[in-house]
Amino acid sequence: MATAYADIAEPNETTDVSAQSDANTATANTEVESAASQRPNLLLGKLQGFAKGLIAPTIGIVAFLLLWAVLAPQVDTSLGALPGPVEVGEQSVALYDEWSAAKDTEAEFYADQDARNEAAIAAGNPGSVTEFDYAGPPTFLDQIFTSLKTVALGFFLATLVAVPIGLLAGLSPTFNAAINPLVQIMKPVSPLAWLPIVTMVISAMITSADPILPKAFVISALVVMLCSLWPTLINTAVGTASIDKDLLNVGRVLKLGVFAKLTKLVLPASLPYIFTGMRLSLGVGWMVLIAAEMLAQNPGLGKFVWDEFQNGSSQSLARIMFAVIVIGFIGFGLDRLMMSLQALVAKNRTV
Amino acid sequence: MSHNEFKGQLSRRTALGTIAVFAAGAALASCGSGTSDAPALTAANIDGPPEKPNLKLGFIKLTDMAPLAVAKEKGFFAEEGLNVELEPQANWKVLLDGVIGGQLDGAHMLAGQPIAATIGYGTRADLIAPLSLDLNGNAITLSNRVWAMIKDSLPKGPDGNPVHPISAEVLKPVVTEFEKQGKPFNMGMVFPVSTHNYELRYWLAAGGLNPGFYTDGDVAGVIGADVKLSVTPPPQMPATLEAGTIEGYCVGEPWNQAAVFKGIGVPVITDHEIWNDNPEKVFGLRKDFAERFPATTVAMLRAIIKAQQWLDADGGANRQEAVEILSRPNYVGADAEVIAASMTGKFTFEKGDTRDAEGFNIFFDKFAGYPYYSDAIWYLTQMRRWGQIADDKADQWYFDTAKSVYRPDLYLAASNKLVADEVIPAESVPETDGFRGEQGGFIDGVIFDGKAPNAYLAKFDIGLKQGQKVTASGVTGG
Repeated sequence: MATAYADIAEPNETTDVSAQSDANTATANTEVESAASQRPNLLLGKLQGFAKGLIAPTIGIVAFLLLWAVLAPQVDTSLGALPGPVEVGEQSVALYDEWSAAKDTEAEFYADQDARNEAAIAAGNPGSVTEFDYAGPPTFLDQIFTSLKTVALGFFLATLVAVPIGLLAGLSPTFNAAINPLVQIMKPVSPLAWLPIVTMVISAMITSADPILPKAFVISALVVMLCSLWPTLINTAVGTASIDKDLLNVGRVLKLGVFAKLTKLVLPASLPYIFTGMRLSLGVGWMVLIAAEMLAQNPGLGKFVWDEFQNGSSQSLARIMFAVIVIGFIGFGLDRLMMSLQALVAKNRTV
Repeated sequence: MSHNEFKGQLSRRTALGTIAVFAAGAALASCGSGTSDAPALTAANIDGPPEKPNLKLGFIKLTDMAPLAVAKEKGFFAEEGLNVELEPQANWKVLLDGVIGGQLDGAHMLAGQPIAATIGYGTRADLIAPLSLDLNGNAITLSNRVWAMIKDSLPKGPDGNPVHPISAEVLKPVVTEFEKQGKPFNMGMVFPVSTHNYELRYWLAAGGLNPGFYTDGDVAGVIGADVKLSVTPPPQMPATLEAGTIEGYCVGEPWNQAAVFKGIGVPVITDHEIWNDNPEKVFGLRKDFAERFPATTVAMLRAIIKAQQWLDADGGANRQEAVEILSRPNYVGADAEVIAASMTGKFTFEKGDTRDAEGFNIFFDKFAGYPYYSDAIWYLTQMRRWGQIADDKADQWYFDTAKSVYRPDLYLAASNKLVADEVIPAESVPETDGFRGEQGGFIDGVIFDGKAPNAYLAKFDIGLKQGQKVTASGVTGG
């Protein structure tokens, strides 16, 4: 059985290693601590743990910031010297100011509109009442939320498609053999190659003048879905295929129906795999999204970066760097979120 | 031209079966009477409340998008009951696809884009241009390296600065030098059907350098080229020049002034010097959008016309404020001083060589907004001249194509209402049959008459002649 999935299982092994390495370091930490507590010098042991857990990362970050601050001004671009940490920090403040200014303008817009509407109603002219949404330029924070929403939809769609197909592939070697070549070929395709196809198809399919979801949003989400469904699909297939044969035999003896078998045996047994795949998928999706937004000019953080590049003003580079940092933090946060979900699932594993 | 003549002309077009609906509205608006020989829509439809008040318009980060930014920021869109979102686009191709695909309701476009889309060069789609956004506004910049090679050979004026306009002839020895070293001489422009492409080609050809021909269906356009042109999005021009990929470029502002500020290149000629008061960007949208939402379309035009007037009012008194608006990161986003360098009546060539350039960006004066058929025909002649239109076309084809893309009827529906409301003066709307008549003001002295496109094409030394075709090996026939 395992050899039949050798092809599809390969990336999963690397998956597991990366997923478990976090767990390993965690256990390593506790081991150090417990070993230290047995030694007479308890304080030293505590310090060692502390050094590893907090001081080392702090030193790493400070060293990076220093290196950045020293080296950046040496690089002279046509937009001036490369900004250091201080300039980037200043831009975060500037972006916050822009955001609060935009909020004020928005509030003003609605206040004006309400005043106009009241005046129109008072004048007996309810036909000219308008209910416009504020159409100001998106702020940095708006772009972050747009990106998060897009990746959430793409990831949700990817999971919706990948898990059932993965389960089916895991349960039926024939079906797996049928889709395996397709999966292997589709998996390495870059989001940028999908983009023109998705754009044209969506443009052709959504013809309404006021669609419920903006086209650009759907396009980005679909590209994210196309690129991020593979890790989940493969991991689900592998997880389902590697269920203990005894369990399946027990199921057969108990004459479990297909649905019961799926919910009582297969899903619980493969859940940890599915979640490992989903965690990978979300990581891929976040990376893909930024690229898709940059190329297709769909709203979001990627577009923010590209617009700033195009602006070519003296602040542009600092703003782009700030966006890079934010993208990194969000990616990190999403990964941690999935990791804790994964841990939760592993803990509640019943089979 | 009197209003009656105008009405008569529109009636002829109605008889031709084109745009009957708008002809009625425009005739009504221009005559100010309730009668019209074409039924269907009435003035109420065009002057009524906008059918689609929530709009998204696209633009490229260039200063000539100013009418759109001003219409939004100064509340002209809001006055017309429109709630408009402006969205910057990465390049002209993305912008065009956005309009054709419906993500954008309209956009700041290259004049060549709606024309090329309509005749099926590139993506085929029915687009219209009911308004010109501006006159002039581009320039050609050379890299420091090339500038150093030609600088000494330029005739100098009494102030020690080069005499303008600088002819492309001075580039000839440089191009020969590049050839000797086996290197191509590359220059950048922004899109195959952009004004910049045609202006750069015009300038080079006027100086005796062949900018290359397009074969049927290709977009490289380098057959037989002395100077090879390639496409780069406007905001990336300075970076591409700096990287040494190109030796010069033709682009709109602020990207020529950006080269001066960054010290990476020297603007040598403005498009005003290549062709005085040449029509530049247009406001483009889908034909079916204008048909479905006539009141919205005309309301948009009214807001843009008001913004154009604001930009040129009182001898440019508002330009400083316009610069502040454009320098915001969500519009052009370049530093205010770079934008101001061309928007406020001055243009810097070499550092220290700043000259008056009153006419560098004209948005409202000189009937800048009126979409003349002859402007569209000039673009069509250039498409034929360089092989983008593969075969000879009859004069009538040029007229028909221009009339299906450029839509003065819509412009007049908007501007006549503004005249009636005393927002703009009556003399700011031209009385014309849509042709500017014989136009001089070209760097090579050739006269352009929009009513004789084929005769115009025969006047050029470099360019396709009657009966000529371009194949991969060169120009044949004729």
